[in-house]
Amino acid sequence: MTSDPYLRVDSVWKSFDEHPVLRGISLEVLPHTATVLIGASGSGKSTLLRCINGLETVDSGSITIDGDLDVTAFNTDLDAVRRRVGIVFQSYNLFPHMKVIENIILGPTKVLKKSKSEATSFGLELLTRFGLESKAVDYPDRLSGGQAQRVAIVRALAMKPDIMLFDEITSALDPMLVGEVLDAVRELRAGGLTIVMATHEMNFAREIADNVCFLKDGIVWEQGNPGVLFGSASRPETQAFLSRVV
Amino acid sequence: MNTPAPGANVVYQDPLRQEQSRKKARRDALIGMVSLIGFVVVIVFLVTRSSGWSAVQNTFFNGDQFVESFPTLLEAFWLNVRIFLIAEPLILLIGLLVALARTLRNPIFLPLRVVATLYVDVFRGVPTILVIFLLGFGMPALQLQGVPSDAIFWGTAALVLSYGAYVAEVFRAGIGSVHPSQTMAARSLGLSSFQTKRYVVLPQAIRNVMPPLLNDFISLQKDTALVAVLGPIEVLRRAQIDTSSNFNYTPYVGAALIFIALTIPMTRFADWMQRRSAKKRQAGGVTA
Repeated sequence: MTSDPYLRVDSVWKSFDEHPVLRGISLEVLPHTATVLIGASGSGKSTLLRCINGLETVDSGSITIDGDLDVTAFNTDLDAVRRRVGIVFQSYNLFPHMKVIENIILGPTKVLKKSKSEATSFGLELLTRFGLESKAVDYPDRLSGGQAQRVAIVRALAMKPDIMLFDEITSALDPMLVGEVLDAVRELRAGGLTIVMATHEMNFAREIADNVCFLKDGIVWEQGNPGVLFGSASRPETQAFLSRVV
Repeated sequence: MNTPAPGANVVYQDPLRQEQSRKKARRDALIGMVSLIGFVVVIVFLVTRSSGWSAVQNTFFNGDQFVESFPTLLEAFWLNVRIFLIAEPLILLIGLLVALARTLRNPIFLPLRVVATLYVDVFRGVPTILVIFLLGFGMPALQLQGVPSDAIFWGTAALVLSYGAYVAEVFRAGIGSVHPSQTMAARSLGLSSFQTKRYVVLPQAIRNVMPPLLNDFISLQKDTALVAVLGPIEVLRRAQIDTSSNFNYTPYVGAALIFIALTIPMTRFADWMQRRSAKKRQAGGVTA
């Protein structure tokens, strides 16, 4: 591959109350690829994703999007970053006082200044793509966890982001409902969207990842394509982690 | 047997059990009624047989006095209603603006934040009646040009300032009750801080504080009577005049009844809202 990375994380440090979470982590994500972050809880996966779309400020290092947009610079318009970087959280975080379709068109109408009808028709198109068209006028409390999480994905997609970050989006779900959410990610992967995903679903990681990164102690301890990393990890810590979770 | 098959998608209750639980409900209702009636009879008996009862009845529950004063009380109460109707929207507006000002984090808004905080500290710390005295007697005494000297105006203004501080705190609590993950989700979609408050935080905050807001409404309805100290003839003042001209306290009781007639339905409504929002939070807790 010869293309430049879409996302470049360079020596990022981040600590909370003197407790270091990221310790000089570096990572490159090529366009139209899926990068999967694995590692124990507390290894820094979520924090890294939040830093990438500016929800957390870094202590040092830099994060660059599309070669020119520096997320970590002081004068960066973070709202501009977030228009290009979508994120979906473990706990859905749908807006409970709005119907599904209202959740979806809020960003496009208020941030991208699209007309309500344009945003609604694109929103319905996305809902249909993920089998949720019948839920458009329901309130979030009428949805199952799997449906709510897919709506959260649609809400992020409605902003037409260049890259999507998934932060353990199946961890809060009933095991029965994990499949439908992973199907949605599969569909996005097939469509060529650039994806960075933190997950504990190792089989899924093996299936969709172009690059798997094992995070430990706030750095990328080891990375490689899934065949290599899951088959013959070279470092003992990676082997130990994988033997526990696979 | 017409018991549905296990797993059928119907609601099925054993008719015998249904009959039993209906019986129990009827019996419980009957016991409650009998017990309540007995209690009331005993109380009425004891009170009316006590030696001072005829004096009490004549002084507080005098039928003639009541009939004579009640229409004038009702007429005077219209002023209380007007004070309330003018004060309440202003209170909501001030409360909301002050609460929002206190959440601003941008350093350029520091003066706003300081003023808002001082306002709440001062007006929550001073008795409402003292504010009414200060404004109602003090402001007209200044004799400034363009400043009204009307007692009703200043009485209402004092209520607005005093209640505005309380309601601001209610709104602030409501804003705090919206989980930070909601703000995070809105910001992650690219919404600005203002848009996040306007479309995501405030609608949920206001819904969450409806019951305490209604409680403050009820309080305000009663406290419109405090304006009486400045002289306007509202219902309490009217009752006072009637009372002192006849040396009979029935007009006070009449005024109390008027307030109760308005506040009890409001209280029940507030209770109902509270139960409903508690239920809603339980039902929607996971997805929200």
